[in-house]
Amino acid sequence: MQFALLIYESPEAFAARKNDAADPYTGAWRSYHKALVESGVFVGGDPLQVPETGTTIRIKEGKRSVQDGPYADTKEQLGGLTILELPSLDAALEWAARCPAASYGAVEVRPLDPQTRRRITG
Amino acid sequence: MSGSDEQGVRRAVERVARESYGRLVAYLSVHTQDLAGAEDALSEALLKALTVWPRDGVPKNPEAWLLTTARHSLIDFFRHQQVVLAGESELLLLTRNSEESPLESIFSDERLKLLFVCAHPTIDPAMHTPLMLQTVLGLDAVRIGGAFLVSPKTMGQRLVRAKTKIRDGGIRFEVPERRQLPQRLEAVLEAIYAAFGVGWDDMAGADQRGRSLAEEAIWLARVLLQLVPGEAEAQGLLALMLHCEARRAARRDRGGRYVPLSEQDPNLWSLPLIEEAERHLAEASKCGQPGRFQLEAAIQSVHAERVRSGRVEWTAIVGFYEQLNRISPTIGMRTGYAAALAEAKEAERGLAVLDALNPDAVSCYQPYWAVRAHLLESLGRDAEAQHAYDRAIGLAEDPAVREFLLQKRA
Repeated sequence: MQFALLIYESPEAFAARKNDAADPYTGAWRSYHKALVESGVFVGGDPLQVPETGTTIRIKEGKRSVQDGPYADTKEQLGGLTILELPSLDAALEWAARCPAASYGAVEVRPLDPQTRRRITG
Repeated sequence: MSGSDEQGVRRAVERVARESYGRLVAYLSVHTQDLAGAEDALSEALLKALTVWPRDGVPKNPEAWLLTTARHSLIDFFRHQQVVLAGESELLLLTRNSEESPLESIFSDERLKLLFVCAHPTIDPAMHTPLMLQTVLGLDAVRIGGAFLVSPKTMGQRLVRAKTKIRDGGIRFEVPERRQLPQRLEAVLEAIYAAFGVGWDDMAGADQRGRSLAEEAIWLARVLLQLVPGEAEAQGLLALMLHCEARRAARRDRGGRYVPLSEQDPNLWSLPLIEEAERHLAEASKCGQPGRFQLEAAIQSVHAERVRSGRVEWTAIVGFYEQLNRISPTIGMRTGYAAALAEAKEAERGLAVLDALNPDAVSCYQPYWAVRAHLLESLGRDAEAQHAYDRAIGLAEDPAVREFLLQKRA
């Protein structure tokens, strides 16, 4: 089964990205990523740029609406996602708890939806 | 009624619920063989208390009131279902008696039976601890789920399934026969220790309301010891947990940073808890039945000696681990053994112990990687140490531990 870890980060965590590998948050992420890869559960994923770089588009009643910034106006923002191959939700929650972002922001675990993917890509 | 009175009543209900929950659930379920039904009846009684007690005052014996009320709702349920159970007549009889008898004479403590049911061999071992936390201590699925990294909904469903299995599988509410007792008791002890382990890891965690899970586990062990006073391993388990609990204040520095045992200031350890632990351990050793928990407690006892002697007798600890590995060769024990060997200036041997472990089994076991990193570092194998530190950091869940290891690696 594949799960997405959706990484929600605070403005402080986003700001810490500018720091080098000696920064504890960045350092923890490096180790976490290595542990995922070496355990053979990492499928893919990437960090996202800061929320302010987002642009949100809607088309309503034929009218285009373009808005600066992310979809949701909340303190903690989606900062990236990681996709893992794991046997169960329990295992996914264990990996999510080890994610450095879980100590400073939040990590949402969501199963991927291969059925819908097949309908779309089929 | 004023707001403060209402709060007072609420507190009274909470207090009797906390102190009596397990005794009441145990008593009711032993007589009906239905754990979920007993819990439902008790919940109803607690709800009723919240409306009746503010009006009529808190009864003189709140526990007896709850028992009587819960029994009435169970009897109503049986009648409604038109189920004839052997339990019903007994319940009726007890209901009549309880109105006038003093509580102690009508209300025997059945929690031991309940503990054995929760840790029954036909129940998934992963559910032993959650079942105990819920039925004996009355913790809810949200709190239990949080401790075990399971969503509250899933934990709720797993608990319901386990209780259905207890009811439909005809698991008997009884204390096992003498010859089965050691093995069955071991499962009970394991489950209590698992609750403590979760609470211990969780000590930096969010749940600071009420007691920690570690304290709940110690309470369970105390309850168990009242029920089986002569059991050496039950004494050993309590001693082990008390020794660890004694160091709670020393595990973090003022800045919240993790402090490993060897660097802790013994002046911050709780002497009363250490002394209590030592009493239980001494008591246990009189039985002449050594076991896993007594040996683990003995190791902690050697560490505690540092309060007086200022040093740690590592060769004694290595000796206890060697005994432990003969009776309980788990990954955790082997890892602890390796760490002790390193401290006893035998890092090479320690590393050999780690190398002999199954790589798949240790792949995600964080303490293994932390100890391995430490051993490799002390042997001057820096590149390998860096790699092991990486794994230990990547697998750490506690941010304080993570930061400690990041600093060690740097």
